[in-house]
Amino acid sequence: MKCQYCEKPATFHITELTEPSGPKIMHLCEEHARGFLQKESDSPVASVTNALAKQLQLGQSKKELAELDQKECPVCGISFFEFRNTGRLGCPYDYSFFEADLVPLLRNIHDAVEHVGKRPRRLAASADSQAEMIQLRREMEEAVELEDYERASEIRDELKRMERELSIPASDDDDASSSEGENQS
Amino acid sequence: MNQETDFTNLAKSSGEWLRGTGPESDIVISSRIRLARNLADFPFIRRCSDEDRDSIERTVRARMEAMEDWKDIRYIDIEELSEVDRQFLVERQLISREIADADGSRAVAVDPGEQYSVMINEEDHLRIQVMQSGLDLQAAWARIDALDDKLEGSILYAFHQKYGYLTACPTNVGTGLRVSVMLHLPALVITRQIEKVFRSMQRINVTVRGLYGEGSQYSGDFYQVSNQVTLGHSEKSLLALVGDEVVPQIIQYERKARAFLIEQNQQDLHDDVSRAMGILSTAKKISSEETMHYLSKVRMGVNLGLISDVEVATINKLFIHTQPAHLQKLHGRVLGSSDRNVQRATYLQRHLTGRQGKGELN
Repeated sequence: MKCQYCEKPATFHITELTEPSGPKIMHLCEEHARGFLQKESDSPVASVTNALAKQLQLGQSKKELAELDQKECPVCGISFFEFRNTGRLGCPYDYSFFEADLVPLLRNIHDAVEHVGKRPRRLAASADSQAEMIQLRREMEEAVELEDYERASEIRDELKRMERELSIPASDDDDASSSEGENQS
Repeated sequence: MNQETDFTNLAKSSGEWLRGTGPESDIVISSRIRLARNLADFPFIRRCSDEDRDSIERTVRARMEAMEDWKDIRYIDIEELSEVDRQFLVERQLISREIADADGSRAVAVDPGEQYSVMINEEDHLRIQVMQSGLDLQAAWARIDALDDKLEGSILYAFHQKYGYLTACPTNVGTGLRVSVMLHLPALVITRQIEKVFRSMQRINVTVRGLYGEGSQYSGDFYQVSNQVTLGHSEKSLLALVGDEVVPQIIQYERKARAFLIEQNQQDLHDDVSRAMGILSTAKKISSEETMHYLSKVRMGVNLGLISDVEVATINKLFIHTQPAHLQKLHGRVLGSSDRNVQRATYLQRHLTGRQGKGELN
């Protein structure tokens, strides 16, 4: 993770407890941390939204940012603007849909972009199939609202079938977590 | 048993994690591991409809209730709880402030020993938590891993081949794992070395937080150390980072500081600890802040052998039981701040001296 004020690695993760609005977490390099600890005023808000703001300022023009902000996930409808304001994503498919913009953020936060560790023994075949299931569920709720119970029950059966058929055994062996990750801490 | 009776009984007991036993329990109060998980076929909480939340809650509940070895589970509907009861669960660390304050369907499943809690519809669909007394992350991990395995047997998790377990906030993605160790570090605070110790641990990805007592009152001697990143490291390496690397170092510093205090200033230290004990066991009214402050000193005094005939488990229990919602549950009615101060003093007195006063709690 990089310092929220400069490009150096953040080696201090400080939680500021004196803010009236609650605790604030900061990620700082040694130099900025020293400055902060000596001064302890104007504490900045460190969060996903700040990391994003910094990342976007560095990488994109105003026009590009405005375009990105309007991008909306076809499954949950969340806009990139909403995500960068709240720091929360709307559905699992967002990781695929906003992938290009999320990867630099993940690198910034975790200093890594690939999961190493436990995997479920069965998982949905693909991001697309997970997205399809979410969309079907929405349609089912709409059908219930319209009192079209026949359609709703059809969708329910379809969802059950998908969960059964789309879930595939995870291919990686159980020891993946212990081997790959050890060297990276 | 109805929920009201259930909670009143719960208020009289304390969770396993407050036993005051386990490795390094003179300094480590508890180890906690949580996993963030989401169902594959629902949007994340923020974009869930009311129906979605109801459906998630019903689905998870039904699947948990069908699980073998999980028969004694206490399943609590948070939406139906009074503000005091929600606060009560927050004080016991069984639910987060966030889920207590949220709207809509949400619940928590707790085992009788209060070692496990599974929050449903918090920031993620599932927040699975295991608490353990002392520093024993391996045991805690074995437990939570087994529970997670059982849950994934009946619930299809949102998972990405590359990014791992998908979470509402990108700060939790990957393992979804947060390892937190709660430390009692009074000697490092007294000797003003606490900041230096944390500053010396530069290269490591851990977060250190002070703990809160009533409201947002900061309690100075308790610190929680947690892993910062969740992606790109295995669960085992994150456990090792916190449990084998960072926490033992802090423990060592705290022990050195305690030894220094004993050596340099035993009389002053003994006086300080005894006065704290004196106030706690004789005051007629006392605030939550003062209670935390003096209990911290007494806890250190017990661990250093300066105070005898009080168990660490008792002190641990008092930290939780003297908090506002606990006092009100024990007293059986809503109490204003000033009444609570009186009840708190009475409760402390009874548990620290064994003396029975007038009109006190059972």
